[in-house]
Amino acid sequence: MQKELWKGNEAIAEAAVRAGCDAYFGYPITPQNEIPEYMSRRMQEENRVFVQAESEIAAINMVYGAAAAGMRAMTSSSSPGISLKQEGISYLIGAELPAVIVNMMRGGPGLGTIQPSQSDYFQATRSPGHGDGHMIVLAPSGIQEAVDLMQDSFDLADRWRTPVMMLADGMIGQMMEPIEWKQRPAAPAADKPWAANGQGERGHTNFVTSLRLDSVDNEAFNEALQQKYADIGRQETRYEAVDCEDAELILVAFGTTARIALSAARKLRQEGIRAGLFRPITLWPFPTQALQQVAGHPNVRAVLTVEMSAGQMVEDVRLALCGAKPVHFFGRTGGMIPEPAQVAQEIRRILKEEQA
Amino acid sequence: MSQIVYQRSAGLQDVETHYCPGCHHGIIHKLIAETLVELDLCASAVGICPVGCAVYAGNYLNCDFIEAAHGRAPAVATGVKRTHPNLPVFTYQGDGDLAAIGAAEIMHAAMRGEKFTTIFVNNAIYGMTGGQMAPTTLEGQKSTTSQLGRDRQHHGLPVRMAELLSTLDGMAYAERVCVADMPSLHKAKRAIKKAFTLQMQGIGFTFVEVLSTCPTNWGMSPVAAGQWVKDTMTQYYPLGVIKDVEGTL
Repeated sequence: MQKELWKGNEAIAEAAVRAGCDAYFGYPITPQNEIPEYMSRRMQEENRVFVQAESEIAAINMVYGAAAAGMRAMTSSSSPGISLKQEGISYLIGAELPAVIVNMMRGGPGLGTIQPSQSDYFQATRSPGHGDGHMIVLAPSGIQEAVDLMQDSFDLADRWRTPVMMLADGMIGQMMEPIEWKQRPAAPAADKPWAANGQGERGHTNFVTSLRLDSVDNEAFNEALQQKYADIGRQETRYEAVDCEDAELILVAFGTTARIALSAARKLRQEGIRAGLFRPITLWPFPTQALQQVAGHPNVRAVLTVEMSAGQMVEDVRLALCGAKPVHFFGRTGGMIPEPAQVAQEIRRILKEEQA
Repeated sequence: MSQIVYQRSAGLQDVETHYCPGCHHGIIHKLIAETLVELDLCASAVGICPVGCAVYAGNYLNCDFIEAAHGRAPAVATGVKRTHPNLPVFTYQGDGDLAAIGAAEIMHAAMRGEKFTTIFVNNAIYGMTGGQMAPTTLEGQKSTTSQLGRDRQHHGLPVRMAELLSTLDGMAYAERVCVADMPSLHKAKRAIKKAFTLQMQGIGFTFVEVLSTCPTNWGMSPVAAGQWVKDTMTQYYPLGVIKDVEGTL
């Protein structure tokens, strides 16, 4: 199929339309404004629902309502707005509702900057909102992958009755790349017998709630939730390993930073330094076992995690490797983007240090 | 021959409620239940319950329900109604939920003219959390967070939500009622039924504010609490139709 040039935010919005998103609710914030702008027109063309909410809080709660009533619903925002959505995400988890949330990360803390960042990794992967919850977190490294994952995200949300976050950054939202719209088999309509959409002939009412006031009930729910998370970990973990087979140093990076890290690795190959890239695609569940396998190879002398943050995913890398290999970190913060030459220099330094 | 003259509405589930003696939530639930039955909406309605004493309303009324985060019921209802425009959708919210933490959500739902109904239960206090001051607490009224009485210099004066929201063009119908005696109860029933009827005609946002009791947190007997609604609350919150665009469009 012919390739088309698309801007990241608009491509993600179109991918959601093609994935059968029934309703979009959003609020303006840079650098993701093209998503609600595009949706305001496209959803109307498709006779679907678009509402510009009064706040990110209202938008995520509109998603909660549409999802509770059985629809495929999504919202998008960027870091400060995602902070406001944390309450709603916790309720989505507590009520086991499927929903898709896009975070085009920008540099924080506070109002920070509109430039790209990856500093919401902790917020997305540790436990969004309050309580012992998780959501599936997908991290595309380019617009083609963002489009493909966007379409998967609605299926994953329905399959596991969970919110799914696409965690990208302002770079992916704002740049343009050629993409191909792949023909995908339509996902079978998910059976949602729990939806609150009128009891009709069902014979009983549905009550979608995250309230389980009796602690015994709430513990049973939490245990079932953890069981579900274990199943998700076994079945949905995704990653990519590039040039890792003979590598003496493994770079670990996701999203935009993974592309920069790969540029550095390829540059170093020309100098005879064998660096490979391990790229988590699901940040939660984190591909722990795959990383252990890749980094556990006897050739590997060190691991370098590269992020646009002060060091967040590096904690998962250290937890995965448990001291089996030295884990280093290189990051830029506040909206600054690492350059391939900087990463390459860091690799040279580390290998020299490990040799000594 | 014996004849049934009164029985539990089919719009209610066959369970006991957790409400305190003298609380009006049960009566208000009954009026909604009767309305759903009379308009044949039990099979299609979706209710959104708040955080507050009515958090379990979905266990009491015989229709589908969604439990919202504190104050967010109007946003949740927007998500349901926009994706299911033919279903009757309503929120059931208390005064802390609607007038404090959820003030933005209710304002904007009214502003957009969302075509659902809100039943706003105003008992001038936070009930479930133990009697704290609400935006609706009357001047001089004591609560656990206004122990010397609400002071206008310190706290400002209470908000009349039905009047405030009626300034917005999206509001189609707003009425304030109470259920403290039988004539008032009948008026309340008519108001709730009218709100649902207008909703199904799709003319805009419909809102019924019901003045209600909280004997437990007011420190009153059920009888005295009902009397306080009639004698004191209605002085600041006058009963009656505040806005009705029916027939004017």
